[in-house]
Amino acid sequence: MIAAILSLTVLGAVLGIALGIANKFLKVEGNPVVEELVAMMPGSNCGQCGFPGCTGAAEAIVAGTAAATCCPPGGKALASAIAAKLGLTVDLSALGDDGPKIAVVSEELCIGCCRCSKVCPTDAIIGAAKQVHNVFREACTGCESCIDKCPTEALAMKPVPVTLQHWVMPRPLSA
Amino acid sequence: MGFMNLFKHVLGDDWGVHPDDHKRPAADRPVRVMPVPARLYLPLQQHLGGPARPVVLVGQSVKKGELIAEAQGAVSAPIHAPTSGTIAAVTEITAPHPSGLTLQAIILEADGLDEWQELSGCDDPFALDPAEIGKRVAAAGVVGLGGAAFPSAVKLTGASRSKVTTLVMNGGECEPYLSCDDRQMRDSAAGIVDGIRIMLHATGAKVALVGIEDNKPEAIAAMQAAAAGVANVEIRPVPARYPMGSEKQLIQVLTGKEVPADGRAFDIGVVVHNVGTALAVRAAIREGKPLISRVVTVNGNCAANPGNIEVRVGTLAEEVIAFAGGLKGDGLGLARRVMGGPMMGMQIPHWRVPVVKGSSGILAFDAAEVAEQEPNPCIRCGSCVKACPMGLLPLEMSARIRNEAYDDAIGLGLKDCIACGCCAYVCPSKIPLVQFFVHAKGELAAQDRAKLRNDATKKLALQRQDRLAREAREKAEAAAKRKAEREAAAVAKAAATAAAGQGEVV
Repeated sequence: MIAAILSLTVLGAVLGIALGIANKFLKVEGNPVVEELVAMMPGSNCGQCGFPGCTGAAEAIVAGTAAATCCPPGGKALASAIAAKLGLTVDLSALGDDGPKIAVVSEELCIGCCRCSKVCPTDAIIGAAKQVHNVFREACTGCESCIDKCPTEALAMKPVPVTLQHWVMPRPLSA
Repeated sequence: MGFMNLFKHVLGDDWGVHPDDHKRPAADRPVRVMPVPARLYLPLQQHLGGPARPVVLVGQSVKKGELIAEAQGAVSAPIHAPTSGTIAAVTEITAPHPSGLTLQAIILEADGLDEWQELSGCDDPFALDPAEIGKRVAAAGVVGLGGAAFPSAVKLTGASRSKVTTLVMNGGECEPYLSCDDRQMRDSAAGIVDGIRIMLHATGAKVALVGIEDNKPEAIAAMQAAAAGVANVEIRPVPARYPMGSEKQLIQVLTGKEVPADGRAFDIGVVVHNVGTALAVRAAIREGKPLISRVVTVNGNCAANPGNIEVRVGTLAEEVIAFAGGLKGDGLGLARRVMGGPMMGMQIPHWRVPVVKGSSGILAFDAAEVAEQEPNPCIRCGSCVKACPMGLLPLEMSARIRNEAYDDAIGLGLKDCIACGCCAYVCPSKIPLVQFFVHAKGELAAQDRAKLRNDATKKLALQRQDRLAREAREKAEAAAKRKAEREAAAVAKAAATAAAGQGEVV
């Protein structure tokens, strides 16, 4: 009984010390950049990026085989942070949408040809021939069918302006 | 003691929180009256409901108390000139709102004369028809002065229609730091009691219960003295606890009745008004004065000289602070600017936003008061559940909202959340619980708006299709008609030529 306790205790102590020494002196040097990226990532190892966990994704990003935007949970904030760290340029438009958009007429370019108002499915564009046209904000669905019809490129899709009535308290950051 | 606590918990009587109230010394100092500033910024929306519509032109001179924007829609309130002067502009200014977005406002250049327009008061309001009182209160632009700024006339007339029996007067002022109601109850108790009697007459309620938190003994004493000879006005001290001044909580404490989850106070025969509103109603009826000024508490660790100040609506917070005594160390330690109470008020982006009818406080907090901390994971201690005055499960709701499962959150009672902030206040992990709920409510409202818009555009698209079809049909009909006419003409011509040919032959 005592012999068993003693031998197991000694065995545990010796192996523990050996592991401690090995950890200190036989440490594998990782890529410090990869480690920094891993620290920035969500760390949930969700696998949505297609790599085995966040470390795998970080290695792939550093090696250049994956885009900085590959992490869906990290979103734009993470992608831009990684890009800043690695000095990359990223196309953030691939990440989610930027919210609803509506068509806007630039008045100095509109020649009043009425081509846009004829194709608008909701009659959101008003204006007579040879008069500057305008878009009813509330009626425009953002379908973009008018954009290609404009001969002077006076129509462009712009984000719906935020007003006091439409503002939503942003989602809080949390643990 | 422990047994009693257990009992209380079973009865659900330990909701709410007990924050340090920070009300003194501001509450003990007399109200200072601020002179009229050079310019007043009057937002067209200072109330819940539809924005007011300007009825003045730029350059027009107006008298003090003159209507400058009229109410629009069933729930709305007009706006009056707080002093005499000239309309300088109708333009966009920064709203007293956390978004920092702009809103339409009338800018009034004061002429320094502060000249009233002709006022028509009423010596005996109790001879007036209740509906007439409602009309006059609406015309005076009176809104709830407790913070939500709901048009008071809508509540008065609604109450008399739904036959309420009890008028609950909210003198709770449970928000820490604020003392404007406290101060008004101490200084104008008789006026408030008179206002309450007018409101009793207007609503048809039998009795008015004035709930005042017991941390305001001076206000309780003053109100009790003023209401001593009045049979149907009862002053009821209530325990100091946040959110005692919330409509549903105060009703439950004073009357023992609970407002149903998807109902309103009217449904149980109660209507709630703020004590400050009683003074505004009194001024509107007795003197015919519209709501053009209010008492605002300037407080917070950064305020050099905290106190209550009577300001004209439309005065910039910057000027109010300067009048109050400025900020300590020129605002170097300033960590957060808040308009309203610390629990439910609005964080504002800068001081150049105007005081509106519903602004109860201007608070300048330092970092120690804000105590911003990184949130940690939920430890499921249940503190938020215990604190929630509505008996909801904040930790469960926030977990649903985090995953955007809004329907599940609604199932847990998201729509009953009054956004009082007790849950976030007590959370030992500093999880921004109430912020999640406010975000989710905004998100749901946005979804509702999107749905309405979608329905409207769908209708437009259908109408267009109908119109195109009708036009095509009309065109085809017109073409067919023309063709028929042409053919008829050709036949006639042929007949004519034939007849002529025959004639020639003959």
